Amino acid sequence: MATLEIKDLHVEIDGKEILKGVNLTINTNEVHAIMGPNGTGKSTLASAIMGHPKYEVTQGEVLLDGENVLEMEVDERAKAGLFLAMQYPSEISGVTNADFLRSAINARREEGDEISLMKFIRELDKTMDFLEMPEEMGQRYLNEGFSGGEKKRNEILQLMMIKPTFAILDEIDSGLDIDALKIVSKGINEMRGEGFGCLMITHYQRLLNYITPDHVHVMMQGRVVKSGGSELAQRLEAEGYEWIKKELGIEDETVGQEA
Amino acid sequence: MTVETKLALSAQEVRSFSQNNNEPAAFADFRVAALEKAAELALPKPDKTNITKWNFTEFPVHTVESAKFASLEELPEEVKAIIDIEGQENLYIQRNNTPAFIKVSEELTSKGVIFTDIETAIRDHAELVEKYFMTTAVKVDEHKLAAYHAALVNGGVFVYVPRNVIIDEPLQVVFLNDNEEASLFNHVLVVAEESSAVTYVETYVSTVEEAKGQANIIAEVIVKDNAQVTFGAVDVLAKGYTTYVNRRAHLTRDAKIDWALGLMNDSDTIAENITHLVGDGSAADTKTVVVGRGTQKQNFTTEVRHWGKNSDGQILTHGVMKEAAQSIFNGIGKIEHGATKANAEQESRVLMLSEKARGDANPILLIDEDDVTAGHAASVGRVDPTQLYYLMSRGISKAEAERLVIHGFLAPVVTNLPIEGVKKQLTEVIERKVR
Repeated sequence: MATLEIKDLHVEIDGKEILKGVNLTINTNEVHAIMGPNGTGKSTLASAIMGHPKYEVTQGEVLLDGENVLEMEVDERAKAGLFLAMQYPSEISGVTNADFLRSAINARREEGDEISLMKFIRELDKTMDFLEMPEEMGQRYLNEGFSGGEKKRNEILQLMMIKPTFAILDEIDSGLDIDALKIVSKGINEMRGEGFGCLMITHYQRLLNYITPDHVHVMMQGRVVKSGGSELAQRLEAEGYEWIKKELGIEDETVGQEA
Repeated sequence: MTVETKLALSAQEVRSFSQNNNEPAAFADFRVAALEKAAELALPKPDKTNITKWNFTEFPVHTVESAKFASLEELPEEVKAIIDIEGQENLYIQRNNTPAFIKVSEELTSKGVIFTDIETAIRDHAELVEKYFMTTAVKVDEHKLAAYHAALVNGGVFVYVPRNVIIDEPLQVVFLNDNEEASLFNHVLVVAEESSAVTYVETYVSTVEEAKGQANIIAEVIVKDNAQVTFGAVDVLAKGYTTYVNRRAHLTRDAKIDWALGLMNDSDTIAENITHLVGDGSAADTKTVVVGRGTQKQNFTTEVRHWGKNSDGQILTHGVMKEAAQSIFNGIGKIEHGATKANAEQESRVLMLSEKARGDANPILLIDEDDVTAGHAASVGRVDPTQLYYLMSRGISKAEAERLVIHGFLAPVVTNLPIEGVKKQLTEVIERKVR
């Protein structure tokens, strides 16, 4: 079993504190969902864990099996087992999806132990088939001219090919039509198991109809303010966030406001 | 007031060079007249680069003698790498100033295609050469460098494709430079008659550390009605040259040209690529990629000039600048009065890899007609940190991520080169230069 521990994480962007002490522990074989209204720091959490250059961690730790990933470069974090499905994946012109994926897979392997081209193609074909992606998408340039839905599907393709220990999915469901949502969910559910843990960030409960989380957390004002099981998501769906705000005496849930 | 420039060769020397090559008397006269003009004419004025102090005239010797290649086995590895030795049917290799190897398929010869070195063409196809040589695309009296080139031409290729002849396989030309004293006054003349089609790919390879001569290169492409030409080029000339390279096309009705130019010289270089869309419905697609390094100074002008109605011009220029290299990228879409429904689009992007590098994208639209469409995009910047973050988040190292982004940025020309070996070579040159 592997563990990803987020301890008292404080993060600033352009000098403004967005995360104000996030605590969260995720084990493999668990799916966690972080919910919360817009502007409460959910995406910042995802970006800070992966090491986005714009975010500055001012306090706290993120431990992967006891090792502080915050001291690692972005690529080292990935090689240690982290993966972030991004809300807005970059477009990289001139680099085919397939070449990129092979580089990513080989980056994790020792020199001389690169994945064979045949094996790579077999796995790519199989996975693209599973995600109902047309074959030509392998030869298209990475995310260039992809629709919103295609980009999200492509993130899941990478997830399934790279097979990380922990995946953070940043609003993987936003902008997806229902068919695409089903396929994306199918991919994530396929990954579930012993060697895989997942943190899903969303502000729509609908995603959780397709991927049942083991744990649900609510973020407000840059902190996790409430945690529970999947029943918490259902209550949020039925009643919204107001009851939590009332319970905790929060007037404005967005970052930058104190209770 | 005109300033007389002292030129490296006298009229008498030019005339005897011509006679030694058994050129027709008319061509000797043409050379001598051009030499006189070269003394008086002004240098070209590439926008934003002052070249008045550049040395375009002096060189150690006008021509060097090099051994021919009896078989392709004798080729240096650098050249072997870009040729499909068994599969390439039509091939010309020039070694410095010497036509060193030529192979033309029976099929092309029987269809009346001419594919030969320029000296042979000047002798054996005098009428065609006289008709097109610096008369239509480039004029001999445009400026000093054009006239000087005409006087001193000492290499190059002539391609003639008769009416309705479609050449499926690309014609390949390699200009090998393995003598540091060599100067290259190469003239490439491609004439595609009505409704013909040809793909021509040339590569300049220097195997010398540092050259001492001049590279004054002109390529003229005449594309007649409804004909199509694909012109690929990879230039990798050594530092030390002062390089002037002018590739120009003249298109009449419904003609089309695709340029794919990988300009990878290590020399100071003035490069211009101008396409005249004279005929209605003619079209040009121009793709250029450049890598500058060291203390290189370069100026690249890409222009599509619209005279014909419904003419379409696309310009894409991507440049990478590292170390203390300096480059100006002039992209010019010019629409003349009367060229209604013309479309001029251009994109110039420069990636800077170091603090000291300079790159300037200079997009220009000159439009003298109301009923047209035009657009341009230009940017100068560093590798996008968000792109690097994205690639690195998949485990790819920073160095490899940068490499992927840069290769991707220069891919538009690599993918458009029609010969596998040349494609591979360009990729390797890029790899070597951006490392």
